[in-house]
Amino acid sequence: MVKRDQTVVVRVGGEAGEGTVTLGELFTRIAARAGLEVYTFRTYPAEIKGGQVLFQTRLGVKRVLSEGDAADVLVVMNKPGWTENQRDLQPRGVLVYDPGAVSDPDTQGRAQFAIPAGVIAQELDFARGKNVVMVGALTWLFRLGLDLGRDIVNARMARHGDVLQQNLKALEAGYAYAEAHYPAPFPYALPLPEQFEERLLLSGAEALALGALDGGCRFYSGYPITPATGVMEALAKYLPAFGGTMVQAEDEIAAINMVIGASFAGRRSMTATSGPGLSLMIEALGMASIAEIPIVVVNVQRAGPSTGLPTKTSQGDLFLTLYGGHGDAPRFVLAPDSVKDCYYQMINAFSLAEYYQMPVIVLSDQAMASRVETMPYPESSCGIWSECLERQLPSEAELAKDYRRYRDTKDGISSMAIPGMTGGAYLSESLEHDVYGYPSQTPENHQLMMEKRSKKVEAARRRLAKWDSSARRWGHRGAKFGIIGWGSTRGAVREAMVQLGEMGIEIEAIYPHTLLPMPDRAVMEFIYGKKAILVPELNFSSQFARMISHRYYKQLDAQDIHVHMLAKEQGIPFKISEIYEAALEMVLEEGGK
Amino acid sequence: MSTRKAKDYKSEVKPIWCPGCGDYAVLNALMRAFAELDIPQDTIVVASGIGCSSRFPAFLNTFGIHGVHGRPLPLATGIKMANPELTVVAVGGDGDGFSIGGGHIPHAARRNVEIPYIVMDNSIYGMTKGQASPTSPEGIKRKASPYGTVEAPLNPIMMALAYEATFVARTFSGKLKEMVEIFMAAIQHPGFAFVQVLSPCVSFLDTYAHYREITAPIPEDHDPTDLLAAMRLAQATETLYLGIFRCMADRPGYSRRFQEIQSAVHPMTVPEVMDRYQR
Ligand SMILES: Cc1ncc(C[n+]2csc(CCOP(=O)(O)OP(=O)(O)O)c2C)c(N)n1
Ligand code: SF4
Ligand SMILES: [Mg+2]
Repeated sequence: MVKRDQTVVVRVGGEAGEGTVTLGELFTRIAARAGLEVYTFRTYPAEIKGGQVLFQTRLGVKRVLSEGDAADVLVVMNKPGWTENQRDLQPRGVLVYDPGAVSDPDTQGRAQFAIPAGVIAQELDFARGKNVVMVGALTWLFRLGLDLGRDIVNARMARHGDVLQQNLKALEAGYAYAEAHYPAPFPYALPLPEQFEERLLLSGAEALALGALDGGCRFYSGYPITPATGVMEALAKYLPAFGGTMVQAEDEIAAINMVIGASFAGRRSMTATSGPGLSLMIEALGMASIAEIPIVVVNVQRAGPSTGLPTKTSQGDLFLTLYGGHGDAPRFVLAPDSVKDCYYQMINAFSLAEYYQMPVIVLSDQAMASRVETMPYPESSCGIWSECLERQLPSEAELAKDYRRYRDTKDGISSMAIPGMTGGAYLSESLEHDVYGYPSQTPENHQLMMEKRSKKVEAARRRLAKWDSSARRWGHRGAKFGIIGWGSTRGAVREAMVQLGEMGIEIEAIYPHTLLPMPDRAVMEFIYGKKAILVPELNFSSQFARMISHRYYKQLDAQDIHVHMLAKEQGIPFKISEIYEAALEMVLEEGGK
Repeated sequence: MSTRKAKDYKSEVKPIWCPGCGDYAVLNALMRAFAELDIPQDTIVVASGIGCSSRFPAFLNTFGIHGVHGRPLPLATGIKMANPELTVVAVGGDGDGFSIGGGHIPHAARRNVEIPYIVMDNSIYGMTKGQASPTSPEGIKRKASPYGTVEAPLNPIMMALAYEATFVARTFSGKLKEMVEIFMAAIQHPGFAFVQVLSPCVSFLDTYAHYREITAPIPEDHDPTDLLAAMRLAQATETLYLGIFRCMADRPGYSRRFQEIQSAVHPMTVPEVMDRYQR
């Protein structure tokens, strides 16, 4: 009963703090080790313990594009896990459950697999291990192999005392129970590939951190905030091994100022935060812009405003990142659209920051940061998806005589001396300044310096037009209908487009990876000749659609192209069906395909 | 023998300060301290916030960074951590350091980051034309406090001692020679060195005469490793003691600590890190 696309959606529902996420993660890792592609999604309650969590993993024989909609297999560890998720179990799905927690679930004819995980764990005198018992049962049902299960438990579970041994026993007991009671083939077991390439299994947060290391990051300062903390934790671990430093700051204002200081002193430096932290950083971001100091700021978006929904996803910070701050403060904004892309865009972020001496904001979100995806090993740091650029240092001739840090140049880029360089001493100024860095308030100088700084954005726009990675375009070339989006919504859009294609609807999509500067040429080519475009995004006020409508109003007006807004701000990602239906509606409204 | 003279640290920019402003003495003293220690200009960074006093780096020909209001400490910390070889000095005013940026002092002290922090305390907001600051005497009347302030002034030396900063000193713009000595000691201190300079604002709160009257050197028998003795001296209000209240050189500085971690950790390459994430 596995669908034609050879993917299976497994959803796990249970109590937070009771190992529900561990259950999902262990199972996902075993499946990945067995050669399947994986793509996960999770929501947490804001509480540390208690509250329902949901963990969804989609397994596939080929690359998986999104977490999927309805569950094929629902695994529940407690009563609410069943009541809250039953409507999302597809009509031919199956339920795997602990009868000790949910008695006689009414699955309306759908197959049931009862695994008394709680009782089995109790018999092992290891009540906490019921989630691992369930992992063992799933390992049998999906025929992933007990040895792989053991490997993963060995590698991932705590090693202190005899906990590891107990977990292994729990796994084996669950496996044995399922094998004895459900020997028939499991309807959703996928064929396992005999040969497969090595893959990385990374969360979005880890991909950001590893990309940063590859991009040369050697200083990080940050303040803990969900859902960005994973970036800090990964870099805290690895930076010292690269001669780098991670400082946990007293607040986000300190964090970004340390990052500015470290970069001024010559290190590639970054911070990562979420909305509330970015709000605090905005003043210093403007300073990095006027003083022309390269920094990278990752914003893992969560749902706002204010403290909002701290553990839920959103794309509501677009305007803040593009326009936040006083005065005209040039910056770059990058928007990776997959875990893999997070890696490459971090390399690009450092290249752009260093080369153009500007702040770069990388936009991710809770869903993309906390999900885990299989991805191929990155080919090389500076491959097709990224370009490695360096900060321009002053030449000896420049240093020997009359060094001007903020010299006006054709592309606005002036060489940046590093403390310690003989002859390089200069003043890095947050006040408007002259070519030496000394404060200057004349109208002519202010005009000149505003132009110098904004020239860098234009120079970058020209360079980016040549980057493959500045926008991703796919689908039916030249179709009358289009979808423009950004960031993590791409997975659902890709799948919806496959379904639309099966309906005979021709449609194509474009996902810019640099939102500032926008890859105008690519977008204008894309919209040319369209009847209508759909702009799906996870915020309340259609920020991206407004930006697109405003920026390309001439082209849109002249060709009478309609912009259809699809905004959703509920703290959860798009379902494939939501994109599919909105696109279908657009096509019908505009007079068919 | 030092080969550098104080004037070798001067930039061509003329200070914007009012004639008689206490900050001139601080500038002269710091240049002299640099010269006495013979530190090459290109290896010094002076980081500041915003205010009259924070204009400081522009008047030096060392590296300088004039940041946003209240943040010279995190700026300087980032610089020092990026390159511990540099001499990094943080400077600012009382509004900059004790009001908007007050949250950073305890953390600079906890970290014991190797930075001298010179606060030019004029007990007023000079740059914004004379509002009360965190160290203004209670009851001062200004345009923004027409009925007199009702907040008690804070005691910066007590504050720094309470955070157990490893070097705590006070000096006065009227005592140039002593100031130079304190700056030299602060620059050489292997940790966070907090220096309050009583630096009068002649335009909005002229305290020269008052300070001349009530300041006195710290008694010679004071033991700078005795925290409680330092606190007793700091609490005296009739007399404002000048000198080094506390100096503890045994705790290693922040950048040293990180260098120890770095040398204890096995170096890695990016592919090696990736292998840890193999499925
Ligand atoms: C975020 C922010 N808020 C307010 C100001 C306005 N401002 C500039 S200087 C200053 C006070 C400076 O006082 P202090 O640090 O004591 O320096 P002084 O001028 O007395 O030397 C203020 C409030 C600012 N520049 N930035
Ligand atoms: S206003 Fe006061 S602090 Fe500012 S320069 Fe003049 S005297 Fe100095
Ligand atoms: Mg002041």
